[in-house]
Formats: sequence, C-alpha cells, structure tokens
Amino acid sequence: MSPLLELHGVEKSFGAVQVLRGVDLSVQAGRVTALVGDNGAGKSTLVKGMAGIHLFDAGDYLFEGEPVKVTNPKDAAALGIEVVYQDLALCDNLDVVHNMFLGREMKRLRLVDEDTMEQRARETLDGLSVRTLKSVRTPVASLSGGQRQTVAIARAVLWNSKLVILDEPTAALGVAQTEQVLRLVRRLADRGLGVLLISHNLNDVFEVADDIAVLYLGGMVGQIDAASTTRERVVQAITTGVVPEGGAA
Amino acid sequence: MSIDTDDPTVAAAPDPEPDNSLGGIFRAYLAKLRGGEVGSLPAVLGLIALVVVFSSLRPEQFTNSFNFANLIGQSAGVTVLAMGLVFVLLLGEIDLSAGFAGGTCAGVLGVFLTRQEWPLIPALLAALLTGALIGLLIGLLVARLGIPSFVVTLAAFLGLQGVLLTMIGEGGTIPIRNDFINGLNNANLPVWLGWALGLLCIVGYAASTYITDARRRAKNLTVQPLLLWALKTGLLTVVVVAVVGYLSVERSRNPALTSLKGVPVSLVVIVGLLILLTFTLTRTAWGRHVYAVGGNAEAARRAGINVFRVRLSCFILCSTMAAVAGIMIASRTNSVNPNTGGETTLLYAVGAAVIGGTSLFGGKGRVIDAVIGGTVVAVIDNGMGLLDQPQGTVWMVTGLVLLVAASVDALSRRRASATGHV
Ligand SMILES: Nc1ncnc2c1ncn2[C@@H]1O[C@H](COP(=O)(O)OP(=O)(O)OP(=O)(O)O)[C@@H](O)[C@H]1O
Ligand SMILES: [Mg+2]
Repeated sequence: MSPLLELHGVEKSFGAVQVLRGVDLSVQAGRVTALVGDNGAGKSTLVKGMAGIHLFDAGDYLFEGEPVKVTNPKDAAALGIEVVYQDLALCDNLDVVHNMFLGREMKRLRLVDEDTMEQRARETLDGLSVRTLKSVRTPVASLSGGQRQTVAIARAVLWNSKLVILDEPTAALGVAQTEQVLRLVRRLADRGLGVLLISHNLNDVFEVADDIAVLYLGGMVGQIDAASTTRERVVQAITTGVVPEGGAA
Repeated sequence: MSIDTDDPTVAAAPDPEPDNSLGGIFRAYLAKLRGGEVGSLPAVLGLIALVVVFSSLRPEQFTNSFNFANLIGQSAGVTVLAMGLVFVLLLGEIDLSAGFAGGTCAGVLGVFLTRQEWPLIPALLAALLTGALIGLLIGLLVARLGIPSFVVTLAAFLGLQGVLLTMIGEGGTIPIRNDFINGLNNANLPVWLGWALGLLCIVGYAASTYITDARRRAKNLTVQPLLLWALKTGLLTVVVVAVVGYLSVERSRNPALTSLKGVPVSLVVIVGLLILLTFTLTRTAWGRHVYAVGGNAEAARRAGINVFRVRLSCFILCSTMAAVAGIMIASRTNSVNPNTGGETTLLYAVGAAVIGGTSLFGGKGRVIDAVIGGTVVAVIDNGMGLLDQPQGTVWMVTGLVLLVAASVDALSRRRASATGHV
C-alpha cells in the first residue's frame, strides 16, 4: 500500500539558518508514526511546512501518492490534513463549539448555524468516547489542559480528515490526562486515519507508535519499526544522529 | 471530561441536572459573577446609583421628561461612536481618530450639502464613504504594515483635526439646513409610532428568542431555562414601556405654542444600529472571526481565517460608524464647526465602551456595552451640569468613573484567569 503522506528531500531555511536538510518521511494510514528528535531538531518546522504555515524551500510533498502544493492552512485542510499544534491554537474567549468550527463555521441562510454545529460537535466528542465534557458551551479558558487537548483533537477529526498531526500533545499533561490523550490517539489510527505524533516522551512513543522517525539536526536519521527496536537504540539515534548497528532501520 | 468512563482518575463528576427554578437561575448568575464574568452589571448598577443621586439632589430638573429626551439627544453622537469603537476594541486595538473622523465626515456632508448644494443622498453617501476611506487607510497601516494602532490613529487624530479646520476655516461654521439631517437628532416620532416600534421590539425579541429556544430544546441542545427567558422578556418590556411612556408625555414648557412629545428619532437610530450590529457580530461567521482574532490572532490564522481582512473590516466599520456619529452631532447643532467630534467626544466614547464592559485587552465586548456605557457618561455629564458643577468637576468625576470601570475590567480578568473563566 502506498503511504498516505510522503516527503522527499524537504529543505527549509530561516534566513541563514538551515533548519531542515533534505528530510524524508512517510506516514501510513491506520498507523501511528512517531516523530522524535531533540529540541530544535526541526520537528515543529516540519509540521508547519506540512500544514502550509511555512513553505518548504525544496523537496517533494506527496499525498495519497499524488504530488500536492500546500501553501496555506486551507490547502492542507482541503486534503484532509489536520494539525494539533504544540502551542494550542484555541481561542480562550470562545466556547468549545466555536473553537471546533473556527474558520469553518457551518452556515444556513448565510448565518452561523449554531444548532447543527453544536450537534456535530457533540457527535464527534461522543464518537471519540469523550462522554463527560460538562457542556460544549463552556469557554475553552475554563477547561483543564487535558480537556483543551481533547477539544483540539476533536476539532482535527471533525472534518473527515485523513491525516492528523499532533505536535507534543501530552507535553503539558499529568499522568492520567496523558493516558487519555494517548488512548484517543490510538483510537484515531484504529479508525483508519494516519497519525503523526511528535513527542519527547519515549514511554508515550513506545506505547502508541507503530513507526518511529528520528530527526537529528534537521536531517532524517531513519524511520524504524517500533516493534523491532528498543528504547536504547532510539535514544542513541536521537542523540548521535546514527541508527546503531544491528538495529532494524 | 474523561475519555473512558472506566478511568476513575479523570471522570469528572456527572453534571448536575440544571436547576431551572428562580433560585437556580440566580445561583448560576452569581457563580458567573464570581467567576469574573461581570458583563454590564457594574455599569447598570452605577447607572441606577447615578440616577438615584441626581434625582434626589435635583428632583425637578433631572427627572423631568424634557431632560430625559434631552439626555438621549446629547449622548447620541458619543453612543454611536462607541458602538463602532467596540469592533476595534474587540481586536485589542484602539482608534483615537474616530472623533475627528466623525467631524471630518460631518464637514464633508456640510460642504456638499450647504456649499455645493448637492441633493441629500449623494452628500450623505459622500460623508459615509469618507468615513469608510479613513477606516481603510488606518486599517491598511495597522493590519498590513503592522504599525501600532495607537500611533496610526494618534497621527490620524491630529491630521483629521487639521483637515476639518482647513475645510471649514478658522472660526467658521457650516450651517446645515436639510430637514432630514437636522431631524435625525432633534425630531420626535408621533406618539403612536413610538409605541408601535416599542411593541415591535418587545414582540420581536420575545418571539424570536422563544422560537429559537423551543427549537433547541426539541433538538436537545443547550438552552436557557424558560423562566430565564420570561425574566428577560419581562425586563425588556418594563424598560421599553417605561422609556416610551415617559417620552410620550408632553414635555414642552408651552404646549399651546409648540407640542413636544414622542420618542426622539435619535433613539430609533441608536436602537436600530444596536440591533443591526449585534446581529452581525453574533450571528455571522465574520462576527465569530472578530472575537477569534481578538482572543487569539495566531489561532485564528491557523484556523484559516483571513486575519488581515477581519482587522481591516473592523477599522472600516469603526470609521463608518464615526461618520454616522459625526452626522448625529452635526444634526444636534444644525451645523458643523472645526470642533465637531473634537474635545471630549472620542474620550467619552472610548470611556463609554469600557464602562459598559468591553475589554481593552480584546476578545470581550458587546455592542450593547456602548449603549449602556454611553448612557452612564451622558447621565454624569447631564446631572453634574444640573448641579451647577463647573466643567472641571464634571471631567474629574467622569475620569474617576472610567478608572473604576477599567479597574473592574482588569480585576474581573484576573478573577477570570484565576478561576479559568474568560
Ligand atoms: N520562524 C523561525 N524563524 C527562525 N528560526 C526558526 C523559526 N522557527 C524555528 N526556527 C529554528 O529552527 C530550529 C528548529 O525549530 P523547531 O521548533 O522546528 O524545533 P523542534 O524540533 O520542534 O523543537 P522542540 O522539541 O523544542 O519543540 C530551531 O533552531 C529554531 O530556532
Ligand atoms: Mg516543537
């Protein structure tokens, strides 16, 4: 089966600083691909390029086997790519429904269709087995970190998306809430979506990932099958930029 | 919220059945207040206090219906200006030039209407278009070039003051002789029409909210308790009946000579704009985007919202509303002079929006805040005048009230972030 998303030789510089140097990456539908790498390795930059927030300077971007041009967030959304950002992109002053539909409000007679939006927001949360959200009309500011993350993820799956990219979704969460979010991530892949998960926490990575892609100083070290590798090998790849001998690369 | 209910550590306590009794509604409201969501409550309480104070100190002059109608006319310009400013404040920006933008637009109206003897409609359109163009220019400088709105509009404030002075001439005045324009802020509706429009407001509000609520209840969506709907409708009815009733009383000192009664046209203009702008802000996608950009511009951008366009449109709307405000001020005095829209106009308007509950930090505010705050400012100005207080005292008191309002805003924000509300 051809991968859902493929990148070949992607490059990106900010001024004189080259952040991505010929990165290859592939994400399969129905699998969780983890993207790991040290601080500043370029993970978020890679994601923002895929999402159309930054433009890649060079390289091929294929989606469902076809070369695509993603120059703004709308292009990515049109392909079915949704991103949950590291710095949560939610508006604190808006409620859950308005955040989930932000920028893509449903309309009836040119007016915002609050009824349908609220219904669909609830259905989506229910579909993800999020059962006890107090009210979808509470402002996002009053939610806990885990709840906010859940809203952000629910927003990403609202649109029949095919690929969900999560940039450190558990970074600010406690043990229990991390657990919730990881289960949610797994469930996305089990529903047949492609998932790209960025994380610094190898426990999380080994818990949910099928594939592990290691980025080192803007270059892709390799993409490893999670089942056939160990923590030590991955740690070594992250810190030295080389997949140790004998590892299933 | 929990994702799996079998996870005891994260399962939130099940939501208690909403309490739809009077006590329940009251407790829910108190909880909201305690969470820092005070809305317009401080302004409304302040307004009541001011009215009580002035009524007891000057029972004859303050509460008579002549003064009441007068107060509406005096405040119309500031209130309309404040309504436009709400959109800019919602973005977390400011428009210091709105007052003189209004004056300049009124000047354009005067030049075309009186000096060039144009017909009304083209002259009016020219004035409104001037407002839109001023907003476009400011918006481009702020949203495209990224110059802080404080600086851009400070420059525009100075510049437009000069434009207005040049247009009219030092010490000059342009009289306005058009009946329609002068009627906007001087004429009154026939008594029956005032009642008819008042009734329309009540029935329109009651019916539309009832139908919406019933539909949402049928679909099992979140909805306010029926009792709360009844309370709100009742309150609106009381206010409308009281205002229209009071304004329908004969208020001429010499009724035999000229009869003076009925709802002022300026009130119709204010309420009409209030309904139109509130509808736009709450029911259209554009309105949601204004709140989103004010709440978190980066989130709005990532959600695919054209932040630049939203910003630009708010500045255009604000300056266009300023044009309407300028026309209301010119109408009041039947003339335009180099000080139209100057002096305290802009500062009162910003004060009005903030006193009403619109946050200077962006993302929080409603159009009705401008009307409530505008009324507070007008009552202070009018009441202090009746107490024969010198202008200096009036300004000091107004300044104090604004400071209190801004403190309420800042404190409620701290409270809100402490309790997790907005
Ligand atoms: N907009 C930008 N302008 C200039 N340099 C940037 C910009 N964004 C990122 N960088 C640089 O690119 C490099 C990679 O940053 P990036 O945020 O992609 O790293 P990361 O792998 O996500 O790190 P972390 O694990 O800390 O989130 C860093 O050196 C950073 O300083
Ligand atoms: Mg990052």
